[in-house]
Amino acid sequence: MNRFIAPLAFALATLPLAAAAQDKMTPVNDPTTLTDCTECHMAFPAGFLPARSWEAVMAGLKDHFGENATISEANRLTITAYLVANATDSGAVSARTASRILRNVTDSMTPLRISDLPWWKNEHDGEVSKAEWERAKSPANCAACHRDAARGYFED
Amino acid sequence: MRRLAFTLAALCAAAPAAFAQDANDTSAAALISKFAAEAGITADAETGKAFFLATQSGGGADTPSCSSCHTADPKATGMARTGKEIAPMALSVNPKRFTDTAFVDKWFGRNCDSVLGRECTATEKANVLAYFASI
Ligand code: HEC
Ligand code: HEC
Ligand code: HEC
Repeated sequence: MNRFIAPLAFALATLPLAAAAQDKMTPVNDPTTLTDCTECHMAFPAGFLPARSWEAVMAGLKDHFGENATISEANRLTITAYLVANATDSGAVSARTASRILRNVTDSMTPLRISDLPWWKNEHDGEVSKAEWERAKSPANCAACHRDAARGYFED
Repeated sequence: MRRLAFTLAALCAAAPAAFAQDANDTSAAALISKFAAEAGITADAETGKAFFLATQSGGGADTPSCSSCHTADPKATGMARTGKEIAPMALSVNPKRFTDTAFVDKWFGRNCDSVLGRECTATEKANVLAYFASI
C-alpha cells in the first residue's frame, strides 16, 4: 500500500474538504445483515448504494451476480428494510457525501454494484495495479485492499 | 507463500466463529445415511468424486463445477468468486464439516442451483458427502 501514500497525501493536500467528507462510512450494524451478507464477501455499507439499488439487489438473490444467494424470506425483508433506511439517498450519509457517491447516476439508473458507480470507478482508475486486482480477485473484495473496510475505513 | 500459509492458518482458526456451523445437530455419517435412505441407494464415494469434479451445464456461466470454488482437491482451501477463502471440505482435514443441518441444506440449495440450475438429488448428496468423508 506504500506506493499509494504519495498520491493519497497529494489528494489530501489538494482536496482537504472532499477527503474529509469521505473519512468513514458507517459499517453495517444490523445483526441479520451481518450474518447473511458476510458469507461470501464483506457486508457492504448501506451508504454506498441508493435505496432503489438495495431493493433491486434484495429482490434478485436467486441470481445474485451469477450465484444463488437465497436467504429466508423473513431475513430478506429485515435486511431490505435496514439497507433501504441507511442508503446513500436516505439521509444516512451527509448530503455532500451522497452527491459525491451518486455523481453521474441519474434517477433512471439502478446500479447493482458499488463498483459500477462512476464515482467508485473514478476513485480506483489508475490507483490500483493489475497485480493488485488479480490478488483481490474481484472489485467486491474491498477488504483485500482496504484493511479496515469492515470498520468503515476506505482511505488506505 | 509463507504469508499466505500464515493467513490460512489464522483463517482456519477463525472459521468456526465466521460461520454459524455450530448447531452440532448432525454428522457426515448421519447425513449420508439419511440421503442414501431417501434415495434408496448405498452411497458411493467414487460416484460422488466424479460428480464433484464434473463440468455441469444448466447453472451459472462462472460456476460450472463444484470444483470452481472448492478446487479439485477437497483437502485444499477453496475460494469464492469474491476472493473469500473457503475452508477445506474433506472431513479428514476439516472435522467441523457437515455438523449443522440447516447450514448443509442452505449450501446444497445455493450451490446446486448455481452449478446445475436445479436442486441436487438425494443420490448426488449422499455420494458427494461420502466422497468428502472418504478422503
Ligand atoms: C452465495 C454467496 C453470496 C452471498 C450469500 C451474498 N453475496 Fe453479494 N456477491 C456475491 C458474488 C459472487 C458477487 C459478485 C462478485 C464479482 O462478480 O466479482 C457479489 C456482489 C455483491 C454486490 C456488488 C459488489 C460490487 O460493488 O461489485 C453487492 C452490493 C452485494 N453482493 C450485496 C449482497 C447482500 C446485500 C447480501 C446479503 C443479502 C449478499 N450480497 C450475499 C456472492 C454472495
Ligand atoms: C484491488 C484493490 C482495491 C479494491 C478491491 C477496492 N479498492 Fe477502494 N481503493 C483502492 C485504492 C488503491 C484507492 C485509492 C487510494 C486511496 O484513497 O486509498 C481506493 C480508494 C477508495 C475510496 C476513496 C477513499 C478516499 O477517501 O479517498 C473508497 C471510498 C473506496 N476505495 C471504496 C472501496 C469499496 C467500497 C470497495 C469494494 C466494493 C473497494 N474500494 C475495493 C483499492 C481498492
Ligand atoms: C460459487 C462458489 C461455490 C460453488 C460453485 C460450490 N460451492 Fe459449496 N460452498 C461454497 C461456500 C462459500 C460455502 C460456505 C462456506 C464454508 O462452508 O466454508 C460452501 C459450502 C458447501 C457445503 C456445506 C459444508 C458444511 O460444512 O456443511 C456443501 C455440502 C457444499 N458447499 C457442497 C457443494 C457442492 C456439492 C457443489 C457442486 C454442486 C458446490 N458446493 C459448489 C461455495 C461454493
